[in-house]
Amino acid sequence: MITIKLFAAMAEEADEETIKLPWTEGMSTADVKRWLGERYPMLAPHIPSAMVAINQEFANIEEMLRDGDEVAFLPPVSGG
Amino acid sequence: MKLFEVIEEVIPVEQVMNKVIHPNCGAVNLFVGTVRELTKGKRTLYLEYAAYKEMAESQLARIGQEIQEKCPDARVAITHRIGRLEISDIAVVIAVATPHRADSYEYSRYAIERIKEIVPIWKKEHWEDGEAWIGDQKETRVYPTGKPEMGGHEL
Repeated sequence: MITIKLFAAMAEEADEETIKLPWTEGMSTADVKRWLGERYPMLAPHIPSAMVAINQEFANIEEMLRDGDEVAFLPPVSGG
Repeated sequence: MKLFEVIEEVIPVEQVMNKVIHPNCGAVNLFVGTVRELTKGKRTLYLEYAAYKEMAESQLARIGQEIQEKCPDARVAITHRIGRLEISDIAVVIAVATPHRADSYEYSRYAIERIKEIVPIWKKEHWEDGEAWIGDQKETRVYPTGKPEMGGHEL
């Protein structure tokens, strides 16, 4: 199982903060992005500009995942 | 004592400052970020901040480490508030103590700039005629590697 976390505008537009995605062997962040954009079309415009974090660490553009990973989509931040 | 925190309550400013005071340090620079009413002529009624809390706290700690790599004697504490904030409420407090004052100014500035780059906190502006999540204040949304530079950067 992969746990997808959404924040800010993405959480609001999808009306979800946490989404569970069944695990498939060999899954990468690119697969999660593709699945998310197809399942939640309203998120598609946000996905290219979101940073991805795996288990709360920034990930590279494409990284292999492991079963149980938490994959967070982080829109451009605006703290401070 | 937690040096890097994301909280939902009013920030106890003096407590944040007291975390960094140390006999080796002759200066504490305290940066206080407050909610501004007017942005580009538009009137904000109130703000809402959201965070990926655990990661935000670890990223704040990373900023502290980056500062200590540049200035080993520096002591840093940062508290960011989330939830609903009214105009003039305090959203962030950064305390930087250093042996000499010039470094405390420099690394306080460094910390707030890094918060705007690598800490997963977002604000939503509420106006009389609408609302929007704000992003990309530094126009740093395009990262060639998909993530921000993690080694820190020069001021």
